[in-house]
Amino acid sequence: MSTSTPTAATVPVETAPAVPASTAAKKGLTNRWASAVALIVAIVWTIPTFGLLVSSFRPEADVKTNGWWNFFTDPSLTLQNYRDVLSGGSTGESLTTNLINTIVITVPAVLIPISLATLAAYAFAWIDFKGRDTLFVAVFALQIVPIQVTLVPLLQLYVDPPGNLMPLAGRDAPAGGLYELWLSHTIFALPLAIFLLHNFMREVPGELIESARVDGAGHVAIFTKIMLPLMMPAIAAFGIFQFLWVWNDLLVALVFSSPEVSPMTVKLVSLVGQRGEDWQLLASGAFVSLAIPLVVFIALQRYFVRGLLAGSVKG
Amino acid sequence: MTTSEKFFHMAIAVLLFYGVMAAILLLTQRLRSRQGERVQAAAFLGPSLLLIGIGLLYPAGVTIYQSFFGAATFDPPFVGLDNYSALFTNSQQLTVLRNTLFWVLLTPTISTIIGLVYAVLVDRASFEKFAKALLFLPMAISMVGASIIWKFVYDYKAGDSTQIGLLNQILKSIGLDTYNFLLEPPWNTFFLIIILIWIQAGFAMTILSASIKGIPEEMTEAARLDGVGAWQMFRHITVPSIRPSLIVVLTTITIATLKVFDIVQTATGGNFDTSVLAYEFYRQNFVAGNQGLSATIAVVIFILVIPIVIYNIRQMRKLEAR
Repeated sequence: MSTSTPTAATVPVETAPAVPASTAAKKGLTNRWASAVALIVAIVWTIPTFGLLVSSFRPEADVKTNGWWNFFTDPSLTLQNYRDVLSGGSTGESLTTNLINTIVITVPAVLIPISLATLAAYAFAWIDFKGRDTLFVAVFALQIVPIQVTLVPLLQLYVDPPGNLMPLAGRDAPAGGLYELWLSHTIFALPLAIFLLHNFMREVPGELIESARVDGAGHVAIFTKIMLPLMMPAIAAFGIFQFLWVWNDLLVALVFSSPEVSPMTVKLVSLVGQRGEDWQLLASGAFVSLAIPLVVFIALQRYFVRGLLAGSVKG
Repeated sequence: MTTSEKFFHMAIAVLLFYGVMAAILLLTQRLRSRQGERVQAAAFLGPSLLLIGIGLLYPAGVTIYQSFFGAATFDPPFVGLDNYSALFTNSQQLTVLRNTLFWVLLTPTISTIIGLVYAVLVDRASFEKFAKALLFLPMAISMVGASIIWKFVYDYKAGDSTQIGLLNQILKSIGLDTYNFLLEPPWNTFFLIIILIWIQAGFAMTILSASIKGIPEEMTEAARLDGVGAWQMFRHITVPSIRPSLIVVLTTITIATLKVFDIVQTATGGNFDTSVLAYEFYRQNFVAGNQGLSATIAVVIFILVIPIVIYNIRQMRKLEAR
């Protein structure tokens, strides 16, 4: 458990082998077939998204009467769908509030687990105390608890907390119930975050920590001055994973969010139910929700691959 | 609540937790002794363990407890194992189990096969990075978004009218009857499964591709000099070399598949006999009002996941040890 480096992180430097001309020719032939098959798969994989993207820019009348491929013979583009879906427009179905809700839900749900988990991971990695390994294995094992097992009793706790604690759900909840969403996402993220960060922290050479201790540095100084700066790639890996998880989440939002603070995923599902034939709205709405994670994902892909495998058994 | 109020609360929430973190660091920074270290460990671990205890352990216990009780909201009767037997005898629940079985058998295998073949095909091609990105992008898309994308592909217009769904247009243009893909059980479940395969193949491809690149150059080179063909190379060198990664990918996708909820909710709303365990959990509790059965389903998902996760973790350890 001392290392979390998945296979994905051990990519060797590619070297071009010297290949005789005859095999090179043969390889070229198989390569052509390989490329053709790969191309077909790639096209099949891309067309569904492409179709929806094209539809999101076509006028309502076109979208409802003929397929998106007719765009190539009869190109007409409009931004009206995006205007409608962001401002409410003629249908009164605005996604702007839900877009804001998604952002407001996601930012703390990514940042809060990082603060708590870095502390806990450090204690597990570098502070000696009795029962440390047992406790760590327990936290690690909790990654496998499916969130379905916890949702309903947790909701009951928020609605009706013991003692005189303030209810975090229901009509009188502070901030329309945002706190229960942040708290829930934090709780569900903690086992993975602690496990992931612990593994990265264990990779830091022990001599580095030891020499700092000899120089009189305490755990707090080591944590803030040595560990946190070194942990930035690991925090980024977890952060991207958690960002995508929360941004794209539907179940937690359906269970915990009041209509006032419901994110885009919830709104889109209700749009599918009520306006299943309004493809121009669904298409533009879906793309509003896709755009930000896609950009983040493409920009920070290299961090994501590391977190991907480590976080794959979450929730 | 206005937008600025939401952002205000957002800032408060973040500051609150980072404030706690700063306080812990400030209060414990002078501690040096053996005793002090113990206090430090407790302070560092306290907030996380508290939340995990309240938010994971306690609710899991309650859910297991509730799975032995009936449907009433107040004072539900104790029913023993009735919920569990209902799950395996009730015809509606049997459909749910059958569908879940289809999902769990098909999604991991097909996603992994596609991911593996694609990874081998584009390996070292000049366009490798771009080609991989195309397969990988669905990973960033929410399952809700993916379901909308595919609902559009599957769209069906009754009669002979113009089809706006791509698949029915293809059927029509090659002279076949159009088909309502999401309506007819049990086939509609397979069309939903395709959506998850579309998402997961990219995950399989990424992990397996990295693993393939880890195969020692000398091994493939020696085989090539011996005149081993592409298929033999794939069967006898590539696949055995990446076996641990293959198992990790298969089990990981299986776990994700057992928890699939969003696709069923978005694409069919659980109608037309497409429900699966994770969807039925939600429906029984929040629509049908049968908390006991809902809790039972959650427990069953948990029980099904445990052995797969343990196997997965073992394989992942092996992978890391290499």
